[in-house]
Amino acid sequence: MKSLILRVATRYLSALLLIFSVYMLLRGHNEPGGGFIGGLVGATGFVLYAIACGTTMAREALRVMPQSIAMAGLGIALAAGLFSFFFDDAFFTGQWLFIGETEDDKGYPISTVLFFDIGVYLVVFGSILTLVFAMEEEI
Amino acid sequence: MAQAPDRSTGALDYLVVRKIYGNKAPQSGSDETGDKMAQATGDGPKSNGILGPVPVLIPLAIFIWSLSFIGPVSNGEVVRLSYDWVPSLGISLSFLIDGLSLTFTLLISGIGALVMLYSNTYLAGHPQYGRFMLYLTSFMLAMLGLVLADNLISLFVFWELTTITSYLLIGFDNESAKSRRSALQALLLTGAGALALLAGLIILGVAAGTFEISEILAKGDEIRAHALYLPILILVLAGAFTKSAQFPFHFWLPNAMAAPTPVSAFLHSATMVKAGVYLMARLHPALSGTDVWMWTLTIFGAVTAVFASVLAFRQTDLKQVLAYTTLMALGTLTLFLAFDSGYAITAFTTFLITHSLYKAALFLMVGCIDHGTGTREADILGGLGRIMPFTAAAAALAALSMAGIPPFIGFIAKELMYAGAVEAATSPVFVASMALAANALMFAVAGIVAFKPFWRPGQPTPVEPHEAPWPMLAGPIILAVLGLIVGIAPGLIQGTLVTPTVAALLGSADEAKELKLWAGVNLPLFLSLGTFAIGFVLYVFHQPLRRTLAAIDARAPNFDRGWDRVLDGLKALAEFQTRLIQSGVLRRYIFITFATLFAAIGTTLYLRTDLPDLEGIEVLAPKQWAVVALIIAGTISVVLTRSRITAIAALGVVGIAVALIFIMYGAPDVAITQLLVETLVVVLVAIAMLSLPFLDKPGRHDHRPLDAVLALGVGTVTTITMLLVLQQPIDLRLTEYFEQTSWPEAFGRNIVNVILVDFRALDTFGEIAVVVVAALSAYALLRTTAKEAQ
Repeated sequence: MKSLILRVATRYLSALLLIFSVYMLLRGHNEPGGGFIGGLVGATGFVLYAIACGTTMAREALRVMPQSIAMAGLGIALAAGLFSFFFDDAFFTGQWLFIGETEDDKGYPISTVLFFDIGVYLVVFGSILTLVFAMEEEI
Repeated sequence: MAQAPDRSTGALDYLVVRKIYGNKAPQSGSDETGDKMAQATGDGPKSNGILGPVPVLIPLAIFIWSLSFIGPVSNGEVVRLSYDWVPSLGISLSFLIDGLSLTFTLLISGIGALVMLYSNTYLAGHPQYGRFMLYLTSFMLAMLGLVLADNLISLFVFWELTTITSYLLIGFDNESAKSRRSALQALLLTGAGALALLAGLIILGVAAGTFEISEILAKGDEIRAHALYLPILILVLAGAFTKSAQFPFHFWLPNAMAAPTPVSAFLHSATMVKAGVYLMARLHPALSGTDVWMWTLTIFGAVTAVFASVLAFRQTDLKQVLAYTTLMALGTLTLFLAFDSGYAITAFTTFLITHSLYKAALFLMVGCIDHGTGTREADILGGLGRIMPFTAAAAALAALSMAGIPPFIGFIAKELMYAGAVEAATSPVFVASMALAANALMFAVAGIVAFKPFWRPGQPTPVEPHEAPWPMLAGPIILAVLGLIVGIAPGLIQGTLVTPTVAALLGSADEAKELKLWAGVNLPLFLSLGTFAIGFVLYVFHQPLRRTLAAIDARAPNFDRGWDRVLDGLKALAEFQTRLIQSGVLRRYIFITFATLFAAIGTTLYLRTDLPDLEGIEVLAPKQWAVVALIIAGTISVVLTRSRITAIAALGVVGIAVALIFIMYGAPDVAITQLLVETLVVVLVAIAMLSLPFLDKPGRHDHRPLDAVLALGVGTVTTITMLLVLQQPIDLRLTEYFEQTSWPEAFGRNIVNVILVDFRALDTFGEIAVVVVAALSAYALLRTTAKEAQ
């Protein structure tokens, strides 16, 4: 699509959508959001980019093949699940670490659950882009 | 270009692409000769690097580790290791080490180590060496799991793992159509048998009240008297017979020779094909002793043994000859498992060990010949004794054991077989004569395989003959010499392996008979002498006899071709029903799907005849009415427009209106997801729709009225169902549970997300796996069709 307005706007919109997607991903545990929604928002950003500037440029901007991103996400999610074996817990039991924990403050939590959510994010992001790019290139 | 001695060699042709020019033997590596695998080693000093031999350490470590069990097991101890796997179904990952499983473990790991060492040279520089070793190691571990499993279900899992890994190994040369066909044939046939086996094992477990094999074996009388004994037996034997290639399921085994030679050596000596024999031996205490068991095994075993020996005699490719002798061995082992006398079971055990030793040695030896000469044709090979002295020595030792000549272990095994046959509970005359025929043919075959290629004159071979390097010789020589050592000193395996195995099968170590070279002048000795005499005559006249057999064989029904016809029939049936059911018109599919939905729900509603109570339904607020209006407007646009893009956009409006409903009723997560998915779907579908024509004009074949009726019908029954659902009291236990535990236990306030990533993370994992698979499949589909279109 050769629309200058769309291309210029996309430059800002895509970046905004990507940042917003990470924000959605990270707040997901306590507020509306999460890996699935985050992945969808992130994918939207690149879909927009692909529509405005073509898939060649979108692929270049992405640097990695979207299939690989999806597979990596699946691997991260699996690793997050397997991590509980080190603690003799059942598969996919969340493991938590609280940095700077005090009596009345839990501090900064880090958990395998977050990594699992990141895996979900990457799977959704990569899968959608795999499909969209392939379809656009075929037309 | 003169016609080369290019005989029709049946199954060999696919591997051997011969181009022999006149009488000149082509130079090594400059020609496409011999086993494709061996060929990789032909051109110069290639190797797999220093990591090449590392996999050998795995079987070696297992071998040494299992040696440590010899002490306890020979004292009659039974070692059990157990780990709960699926406790709710009574399935545990438990292992049982007794004489039988230890014998198999030692054979598998010991021969495995030698085969891997051999492969490192045989496949030196092969581009897929790493893949090969991965398959081989996985196969070996699956096989070890199978023989050590003490639970019917885990045994079955390992059983199927051997099926799958052997499929990969047989089809290793995946560019050859013949290779792929053989692999698929083995997979389908043993896989079909395995389905029967699964059913049999489950019934057995239910009948016995436990899935632990060690407990089942103690309940033999109870199982034999059980009403379901016969179904159990038929199903289990169906699995064992297909796996161990008993007649009439034998034909996959010779085809499996498409695998590289080290694989054949491993699969057909101690492992894959012995799995069925192992299963029958394992369940022998629980299932044997009835007339059905005895007669079934006697007949199948004997027929397989004799039939296979005759066919072995008929082959000219050395590897095919060995393949059929493997069938003979499997038949013999099955035959002796029919009985529960001490002699029969001792014969079974001794022959099991004997066969594994000499068969692995012979297969590896044939690989050396192939590697050194570029051919495996019995009629061409000759005079190699001086050029390949070590191969010749290994071949001679292994073949003497196979022929059953003293002082080799093969002789002792044969004597015990005759002793077992004479006291056979079914028909001693039948069993003894069958054993005699099979053994005499084996004697002749031993001569064809190991005497003629080395010490009789032959024809020029495709490659200038040369001796194999030492890593390839180590295996056959060690195994062949072992056959001699345990023959001279049978005490080495008597107390350590044979007696504990017999004890595992018969329940008492006292039943085991002594292995000795000189058992006195008795009937077995005379039968042995008869074997030698008949075997010698058969060897001398083997070439004219082979021609006669080939003529008969050509007229006999061909199982392999029959198999093809079965598969073709199956494919034709699939094609027929696909054409019948799958019209390919998307609209028709959707119509049928929704019509079925309507019929199913409508019938249920009609039969239950309760209508929703409309009282108490809250009145909609103005903003809710607005959303409803939006949905209706969107729907009407979809129905009326002729532009696909408009239709898609209008459908998007409906989806977004639904998202608004979610927001109104307090489900922001669902609403956001719905919004995003709706947006992406519109984009995706719009891209796809760009190249499609306008929607059909309403013409003569107007389907819209019918579609409208169906749509209204589905809408009505869905609405009624929803209203009925609302009248049911809602069970809030789950909601309450998540509300209460979400923060204290999973440290999250967004319950939807906590459920997704923590409480039900396994489900989510399954779902994202599906997403990835779907995306990759769609990608592959798009790419293939795009390529075809170009």
